Amino acid sequence: MATAETGIGKAAKRKEDRRFLTGEGRYTDDIDLPGQVYACFLRSPHAHARINRIDTGPAREAPGVVAVYTGDDLAADGVGGIPCGWQITDVDGQPMKEPAHPALAQGKVRYVGDQVAVVIAESYHQAKDAAERIDVDYDILDAVVSPAEALEEGRPQVHDEAPGNQCYVWELGDGDAVDDAFNRAAHVTRLDLVNQRLAPNAIEPRAAVASYSRGEDQYTLYTTSQNPHVTRLLMSAFVLNLPEHKVRVVAPDVGGGFGSKIFHYAEEAVLTWASRKVGRPIKWTAERVESFMSDAHGRDHVTHAELAMDDSGKFLGMRVNTKANLGAYLSTFAPSVPTILYGTLLAGQYTTPAIHCRVTGVFTNTAPVDAYRGAGRPEATYVVERLVSAAAREMGMDQAEIRRRNFIPRDAFPYQTPVALTYDVGDYDATLTEAMRMADVDGFEARRKEAQARGKYRGIGYSTYIEACGLAPSNIAGALGARAGLFEAGEVRLHPTGKVTVFTGSHSHGQGHETTFAQIVASRLGVPYEDVDVVHGDTDRIAFGMGTYGSRSLAVGGSAIMKALDKVIDKGRKIAAHMLEAAEQDIEYDDGTYRVAGTDKEISMGEIAFSAYVPHNYPLEQLEPGLDENAFYDPTNFTYPAGSHICEVEVDPDTGKVEVVNFTAVDDFGNVINPMIVEGQVHGGLAQGIGQALLEQCIYDPDSGQLVTGTYMDYIMPRADDLPSFRVGTQNTPCTHNPLGVKGCGEAGTIGSPPAVIDAIIDALSPLGVRHLDMPATPVRVWQAIQDAQGSRAA
Amino acid sequence: MKRLDAGRSHPVTFRLNGRERTGHAEPRLLLSDFLRHDMGLTGTHVGCEHGVCGACTVLIDGHACRACLTLAVQVDGRDVETVENLAEDGVLNDLQQAFRRHHALQCGFCTAGILMSCTDFLARNPRPREADVRDMLTGHLCRCTGYTGIVRAIVEVAEQRSGSTTEENEHV
Repeated sequence: MATAETGIGKAAKRKEDRRFLTGEGRYTDDIDLPGQVYACFLRSPHAHARINRIDTGPAREAPGVVAVYTGDDLAADGVGGIPCGWQITDVDGQPMKEPAHPALAQGKVRYVGDQVAVVIAESYHQAKDAAERIDVDYDILDAVVSPAEALEEGRPQVHDEAPGNQCYVWELGDGDAVDDAFNRAAHVTRLDLVNQRLAPNAIEPRAAVASYSRGEDQYTLYTTSQNPHVTRLLMSAFVLNLPEHKVRVVAPDVGGGFGSKIFHYAEEAVLTWASRKVGRPIKWTAERVESFMSDAHGRDHVTHAELAMDDSGKFLGMRVNTKANLGAYLSTFAPSVPTILYGTLLAGQYTTPAIHCRVTGVFTNTAPVDAYRGAGRPEATYVVERLVSAAAREMGMDQAEIRRRNFIPRDAFPYQTPVALTYDVGDYDATLTEAMRMADVDGFEARRKEAQARGKYRGIGYSTYIEACGLAPSNIAGALGARAGLFEAGEVRLHPTGKVTVFTGSHSHGQGHETTFAQIVASRLGVPYEDVDVVHGDTDRIAFGMGTYGSRSLAVGGSAIMKALDKVIDKGRKIAAHMLEAAEQDIEYDDGTYRVAGTDKEISMGEIAFSAYVPHNYPLEQLEPGLDENAFYDPTNFTYPAGSHICEVEVDPDTGKVEVVNFTAVDDFGNVINPMIVEGQVHGGLAQGIGQALLEQCIYDPDSGQLVTGTYMDYIMPRADDLPSFRVGTQNTPCTHNPLGVKGCGEAGTIGSPPAVIDAIIDALSPLGVRHLDMPATPVRVWQAIQDAQGSRAA
Repeated sequence: MKRLDAGRSHPVTFRLNGRERTGHAEPRLLLSDFLRHDMGLTGTHVGCEHGVCGACTVLIDGHACRACLTLAVQVDGRDVETVENLAEDGVLNDLQQAFRRHHALQCGFCTAGILMSCTDFLARNPRPREADVRDMLTGHLCRCTGYTGIVRAIVEVAEQRSGSTTEENEHV
């Protein structure tokens, strides 16, 4: 029922909050099964080594140990490797190199944390103690961790099947047209950029509990997943060769994902397989250092980028060459992130007519790299926006003016970019104008002067970003190499009493789907919000699902629910026509009430539901009883959220410390269902984007390949005193091709903010001669940039 | 000093959320694991087990403490309070309600620890400035919210408690 507090567009308070606030949430590590034993994974201490021998004897004899397994045990049982879900085609037309990814190491370890063996014992302490008694005889090999170095001749080879550590070379765009544009250019801006490696760091570590029921021949896996159906499919069909219908995967409350819990991980398969071997449920929960070592990381690009302009600052062409670190093995969606989700976004919000992008995917002795919040789109935005801001500085143009001169105009949609996408709708000028108003850009020079009087350098930075979300049209994704569909499933079940259960293939791990989806269903069916429950995360309860990532839940999952609602309402119309003794075409539906047009004869959705389950006065000869409809929705295009982010920083020149003093984000998300949740998503995204810009970096030692940032003491994430209170707003143009008109809001903050922060710092320090900075802009790095600039001036 | 045999379980008798409880723990068992898996109170979460993220924060004799840096045997004879004790008779307390109003939580994993820190903090700082609140919150990592909603919720509760505003209680 569209009440004042819970209707579409209202900031309904979240249904899920009560259980989280009272400690009644149910996360994977909260689940204990009778007779449960515990797993501890022995992981490689070396970045690259040959395994000569593994002696598990002493571990097997340790107190409490139930079993010890190695890669040989899995191989003997025919257990397959961890599959990759996306195949990229190389420029020479060949498929990417796809080396085997054994669930437990076979013959070699390829990164620090690579899993070597698993110990299962009566208690976790016993499993951990016993793991220390496994004796592995390693021949330590040289390691390579940087993608640029890995491509050089004579470097260590991660896989024999991938000579030169090259997984693929991928290209997009018209290289000749770009060459022509650069030949005609009045000015060319060139940048070398590093998009550093990040650890996603959901605060809930990965965990799993697996069990096997001999009586039912049924496996159950509780796991920290963003997409339990995908995990079930990959694990049963490709790794364990189990009948899919005999495997149940449950992802209960999940404590954050940010991409890292999309992927099917080896631990899930090993536990599921072993639960049958030992005949008892097995539990594993990662320690934080294990998470740092073994969760898929994000970003890690090295890029050379060039932008050609005419003398008025109009963009003529862009050329981008990127080396993307894929880590030691291909994680589930890894190959698509620096290609399909990156090169296609290089048009940004601009009319740049010619773009060419070349990406080399590189194997290194590091943890696998895959999607992390934004996934490819933050990397693209960082390239585009750093180029644009640098170009403005070099041309002596205003940052807003250079953008406005190149924006795709509001009346040019649908707009075909030179990098394969067709943007459906947008108004980039409007978001920039609103962001500049909210950020009080007019007052900036006064604030800069005031800061100067205090000895601080103040700067302002812009980022006008676009993203492609709502992943994805299955046929397009398939043509681009996806090995799965990317539709979503939804089911709406009215119970005889008029209460409603909604089943969605999307997965909520903080996004508040239980609230947002209930708002949609309650409004459309005209039932109280309190009477609608949303179920997700269980392959036995939900028909199918592709899960949550790529800001797809509302745009794709919500649309599937809308389709199911349409079916419910259509069936209800037939029931209403019968009960009201009218022709079906004379029945009007509005907000939970069916009415015979032009009369006061009406019947409520609750009465229809009751009649569907107690079909005494019911058109049984034409219609089945019951009111429970499911639907699959496959989008016809991506959605294109876009926005303008403006950052103001103050830099202390003596310490290099950067303070973000103002941050304004005005985003176009299409229609908004719950503005409170949308604002929360933006805030969280901004925190992670600012974290990347200022603090976060996953570091491997270049010689030993050891992970240097393996704890929260070494890997620095934003805390409450690192961030300002954000000013956020929306300026919406509804999506044209999904029934809700929504675009998705989960990744925008992470995608848009990093270049705004870095360019604000460069702007602040430009009086000192600083022209360039890499992320993260830590105090030492900023201080050094100031010293270098001053030094080169003095020289 | 009391010495405990490392290889054996030892009785731990303490007050947990106002009731006397007894369990058994080896000396190396962390309080966080003891509360979660022996006492069955899984509201206290473990995010890093090295004392940095703050998710496991509980009150020991009224003071906010990291349960992952405390051994279970150390709370013998002490008073421990966890997130399960905040709501009274099914009614969210003012802090919990403010967190809900200000969207101060998303995935909910870090929330219990933050609530327990705030409980201690507000008892000792009835009129904090926003900077004080942010300073206290630096003891916690939240990866979802960006902290703005959390700060707003705490500041509002402090104002309500020190002022005269009273809100209608929400029922769980």
